[in-house]
Amino acid sequence: MDEQPAIIQTVDLVKVYGSGDSEVIALDGVNITINPGEFVAIMGPSGSGKSTLLNILACLDRPTEGQYIMAGEDVSGYSRKELALIRGRQLGFIFQSYNLLPRTSALENVMMPMMYVREDRLSMHERRNKAMEVLESVGLADRSHHLPNQLSGGQQQRVAIARALINDPILILADEPTGNLDSHSSYEIMELLHGLNDRGRTIVMVTHEPDIAHYTQRILQIRDGKLASDKKNGKMPPRPQEALQATEQEVSA
Amino acid sequence: MNLGEQVKTAWKSLLSNKLRSLLTMLGVIIGVAAVIVMISISAGTEATISEAINGLGSNLVFISGSMSFGGPGVRMGTAARGGLVYDDMTAIKDKINNIAGVTVEQSTSATVEFNGTALEEITVVGSTPDYPTVRDMKVAIGRFYNTRELDRISKVVVLGKDVAEQLFGDTDPIGQTVIVSDIKLTVVGVLAAKGLVSGVDFDTQIYTPITVVFQKLSPNMFARFMGDSVRQIIVSVNEDADMDKVIEQITLLLAKRHEVTLDSLDFSIRTQEDIIATQESTTASFRTLLAWVAGVSLLVGGIGIMNIMLVSVTERTREIGLRQATGATPGDIQVQFLSEAMMLSLLGGVLGVLAGIAGAYLFGHFSEMRTVILPYSVALSFGSAALIGIFFGFFPAQKAAQLDPIVALRHE
Repeated sequence: MDEQPAIIQTVDLVKVYGSGDSEVIALDGVNITINPGEFVAIMGPSGSGKSTLLNILACLDRPTEGQYIMAGEDVSGYSRKELALIRGRQLGFIFQSYNLLPRTSALENVMMPMMYVREDRLSMHERRNKAMEVLESVGLADRSHHLPNQLSGGQQQRVAIARALINDPILILADEPTGNLDSHSSYEIMELLHGLNDRGRTIVMVTHEPDIAHYTQRILQIRDGKLASDKKNGKMPPRPQEALQATEQEVSA
Repeated sequence: MNLGEQVKTAWKSLLSNKLRSLLTMLGVIIGVAAVIVMISISAGTEATISEAINGLGSNLVFISGSMSFGGPGVRMGTAARGGLVYDDMTAIKDKINNIAGVTVEQSTSATVEFNGTALEEITVVGSTPDYPTVRDMKVAIGRFYNTRELDRISKVVVLGKDVAEQLFGDTDPIGQTVIVSDIKLTVVGVLAAKGLVSGVDFDTQIYTPITVVFQKLSPNMFARFMGDSVRQIIVSVNEDADMDKVIEQITLLLAKRHEVTLDSLDFSIRTQEDIIATQESTTASFRTLLAWVAGVSLLVGGIGIMNIMLVSVTERTREIGLRQATGATPGDIQVQFLSEAMMLSLLGGVLGVLAGIAGAYLFGHFSEMRTVILPYSVALSFGSAALIGIFFGFFPAQKAAQLDPIVALRHE
């Protein structure tokens, strides 16, 4: 059986900001391989370079040196436009602050990325149906016409997850997805991500909360721009179910 | 991302800020409307002028004396005072062929009274019996004065239509005596309506033999000193005659009489075509001036659009970052903001065209000025608005497109 190419493969990734005296080495030779279907947490103290790494993995930024090969495609030297096309076609983003468009319904927020798809474009009607399906899968079918300010933080993040899923990305990147949420909502989001991973989605998330990272399969520790450790959580990562039930009891009590 | 969606997205974004969009458009609306109204005013003025020139009468040659050469009393001879004298007219009449009529005009201003009714500041036109022929005017009642009356300095007068109506109403004016500057004149005729031609209302003037003006009505010592000098000689050339040849003959004749060389003529000759050309160049510069004024207001409207688009780019930096993260290329972002600017200017253009047409119509209706809406002004102003949208939308759109997605996403 042929191995599928790794979703993420970095070779001696270096990122340097500024030049001369003010030169800052954010990444200093990082080698990572992430295979399809993995659920990975990137951890590290602030200033460690984990955000820089995520930005490069997310094709939002380009490495100064080294290679980033994404699903067999070397994107290190891509232009801004080419990177934008890759992001639209293959990546889904989840942000700490949700980043939903204000004054725009949940449904339309989910539909937004489809606007930038270039091939196999769907009709407006098909897009609406697809967005409804994805909203349903994150449990927000009944909130599709609500505006972001009418939704709770957890609900907004679920809309954002639906938006990340809408173009069937090969990789989902999340930057502190639970950073703005209370613990109950955090577990809900983790449960949702877990479910996606169960159905084969590859997910890479940055977090600084160990109990959140605990629910992933693999934890990468970044320190001073280098990969400090790469630990597997074991074959069957624990599900956040129990924690969820525990907080639900708290809420109802 | 296709154009239909771009337009829809741009529309939604403008709708989410209705008041701001409207105020921004206002600049363009005013600019476009100003272009249309200004051009309609100048076109209306041109139409009025060209009608007036056609009403002057056909094939006219206007000879005016110029006082700049020598001035009064410097030269000796027939035209000692410079300029034109009454006898120049007689000479033209006697010696030049192919002319239908010659007349002179020397006017003064006077109060005209009849039976207690007084009209002040009435222009008294002193002329010759050829006047109605040359000026293309008809006599409605009675007759025009004749050569005998001219030679004898008879105290007769022909009234313009409005003067006759104001002084006499329903009474028959023929044979009545009116008092003009203390001189009693007998009314012999009333002219048919002629109206306003070249800024002169022929119906509010009265007409006497020029000799009467010279001898009886000259209001002061200076005018008497000026004697029989005339301001203007008007020659009506036969329809089939060679205009240039007649002008040449008149020039030679008057140069000889005035004892001047062809290089230093003390008079000037203009034809109707010259007058039309002068008027056209005047109205053309008038129109250019108006177009500039209107253009500047359109420009200000464009700057307003640029201003608000720059604000919008700053306000929506996070949105731009998000759109970039979800696959929008720099080109997509540029098109999005450019289409918002375009929509502001095009919508402003449409409203401006409507306002301009309404404005031109109302202006023509409620003011003395006439307005003519020219289709090209609508096309021009609307086209300029569209170009302004592209031009002033380009920089903000460029700025948005060049945002770094990471920086944009972190923007607070």
